[in-house]
Amino acid sequence: MSEGHSTYTPKTGIGRWFDARMPLPRLVYDSFVAYPVPRNLNYAWTFGGILAIMLTAQMLTGIVLAMHYAADSTLAFDSVEKIMRDVNSGWLLRYMHSNGASFFFVAVYIHIFRGLYYGSYKAPRELLWILGCIIYLLMMATGFMGYVLPWGQMSFWGATVITGFFSAIPLVGDWIQQLLLGGFAVDNPTLNRFFSLHYLLPFMIAGVVVLHIWALHVVGQSNPTGIEVKSKTDTVAFTPYATIKDAFGMLVFLFIFAYFVFYLPNFLGHPDNYVVADPLKTPAHIVPEWYFLPFYAILRAITFNIGPINSKLGGVLAMFGSIAMLFLVPWLDTSKVRSAVYRPWYKLFFWLFVIDAVLLGWLGSQPAEGSYVFMAQMATLFYFAFFLVVLPVLGLIETPRRLPNSITEAVLEKNKGSGGGHPARATAAPETKG
Amino acid sequence: MIPKSGDRFPEKIMLETTTARQRISRGFGMKTILTSLALLGLVLAGTAAAPTGAIAQEEAHSEAQPTHFPIHEPKEMDWSFAGPFGTYDKAQLQRGLKVYKEVCAACHSMKLVAFRTLEDLGYSEGQIKALAAEYTINDGPNDAGDMFDRPGIPSDHFPAPFPNDQAAAAANGGAAPPDMSLLAKARGVERGFPRFVFDIFTQYAQGGPDYIHSLLTGYDEQPPAGMEIPEGTHYNPYFIAGVSLKMPNPLSDDQVTYDDGSPQTVDQYSRDVSAFLMWAAEPHLEARKKTGFRVLVFLLLFGALVYLTKRKVWAGVAH
Repeated sequence: MSEGHSTYTPKTGIGRWFDARMPLPRLVYDSFVAYPVPRNLNYAWTFGGILAIMLTAQMLTGIVLAMHYAADSTLAFDSVEKIMRDVNSGWLLRYMHSNGASFFFVAVYIHIFRGLYYGSYKAPRELLWILGCIIYLLMMATGFMGYVLPWGQMSFWGATVITGFFSAIPLVGDWIQQLLLGGFAVDNPTLNRFFSLHYLLPFMIAGVVVLHIWALHVVGQSNPTGIEVKSKTDTVAFTPYATIKDAFGMLVFLFIFAYFVFYLPNFLGHPDNYVVADPLKTPAHIVPEWYFLPFYAILRAITFNIGPINSKLGGVLAMFGSIAMLFLVPWLDTSKVRSAVYRPWYKLFFWLFVIDAVLLGWLGSQPAEGSYVFMAQMATLFYFAFFLVVLPVLGLIETPRRLPNSITEAVLEKNKGSGGGHPARATAAPETKG
Repeated sequence: MIPKSGDRFPEKIMLETTTARQRISRGFGMKTILTSLALLGLVLAGTAAAPTGAIAQEEAHSEAQPTHFPIHEPKEMDWSFAGPFGTYDKAQLQRGLKVYKEVCAACHSMKLVAFRTLEDLGYSEGQIKALAAEYTINDGPNDAGDMFDRPGIPSDHFPAPFPNDQAAAAANGGAAPPDMSLLAKARGVERGFPRFVFDIFTQYAQGGPDYIHSLLTGYDEQPPAGMEIPEGTHYNPYFIAGVSLKMPNPLSDDQVTYDDGSPQTVDQYSRDVSAFLMWAAEPHLEARKKTGFRVLVFLLLFGALVYLTKRKVWAGVAH
């Protein structure tokens, strides 16, 4: 899309000199100024930019925090407290970093759900979607290891539980677990390697982000109608149109982020992590960070053996399987229509899936006992059914609504009939209010 | 479409039958999906209702053997440091420090807090030097290789009452009293749904001090009949991890003398020391809230300007 029709003309002598040797200004111009974006993008499309900001903020605060942090099990907890008390604006850096991780995940979840809703993963954007899934996986690894670094009770016991998953893998499980831990239990070697990897992974994320954006610029952005860009009237220039809209989206997001950093900095954390790690004292409830809770619920939902697979391995497989589903989405969804706007049944199931994910998150925070277990099993069943049954079957049996011929037509239709020109939408609406 | 000739007629019928059959099969598919979905929804709703019922039953059947702690939720108090403009009440922090020094410090360390930071409480440099000098700090080794005792200086931290955790545990019935530096952030009773959602809007972040205050004032209550209190422990329905704890009631009326005329009651002591511990755990709270207000106002104004610019940019473009 961006290939072959660069409109960049350097105005100065230096500009021409550079352009002939290394056309970086041309790349920037073509990617962030002249780049055509669909004119009908809504605010759900601002989260890519928001994620870029969050990654940058996490790396900047993280680099400064690492200057003051000591990755040693006897020093780590106190060094974090030194940052909180004695380092200039250390409290701000640390709260920005810890809450920044949470808001990074808030943004990425909205970004992923947006992709699911508008079918952004469909051809030719499969690779773009998969690169996104890889970024998400790397984010999870980074977030998990980062949470271990303050060396509080939840750090230690969370690490113990999560690295314990790997021992469920047949044959090589124990070996992998010991490699991760640097020993037989979470200890100083674990902390050291987690710190090293926590510093490394964000740069790997940044690398995959470059590929993600590259792929995006080849295939172009999808849009709320899911119809490909067909003519020049379907698009507007990235600058100023997308730039200013993204900027506004970012400021709203930063406002909410700042509200938490300054007024509720510990709301998303766990009080037990202000108690130094003690290998002899297990907390009453070990819970991971909120953004892992749905997967934690799936892990604990498998309480039964399936043939040769015992419940522990089954839980681990279900948990990794639940993430693996995302990678398969482009091929699980059989519908020819991208956007849920024109798929009344998919729209309904999408919102049920969102509710299911939130429910799983809540169940993950509850003790795995009594009827919570059964609820988690039902919610896990629906989670997998959404991917393995609903997505393939719905595409075959659903009658989509009439699609407009082009983005321009959709936009003009919407602007003309704002209010009540859509009988079909009116009937579909009650089901989606959920 | 008008049929052009008779021979196309059968074809049209065939076409119609196919569509009808497709429609039927579609309708069937939808119905099955809908039904199973409704069933799943019912099951989920049913199971969601079940645990609350079960818990209520559990609680009813044995008050003497509670399974969820604390038995009573912490009482929510008014704190000067709550809310977006919250600040510490210096007089209260000074009283809280006095309670800590005269009561808590006998068993609890506070090793992350340096004397120099007591400036936040309104003390002058001289006062802090004098206060630090009241403590004996074990330092060294000196040039001869010996450890030695010296009076404290402002850069020292509060010394611990016991040489190590083992000594602390041995002197306190097997459990070392927790360090108090972060206690106000390290204790928090789960708020549960939907309260944790409301907490976002009310900015409730005082779970720690509320807990400490409730615990310190909760020793008066009597255990329900039939409840077994392990020997060497003390019943307290506000304790987060059981029916009783090793720490006996530490406070009594008139135990600490206040020179500012504040009431010398257990309730007042508890409030003051809870506020002091909040400061100890979060010494930069005031700066945080003050900076936060400026940041939010900036983001609001800048956001409004960007929004107006956005409207202007997009004014001529239907989207």
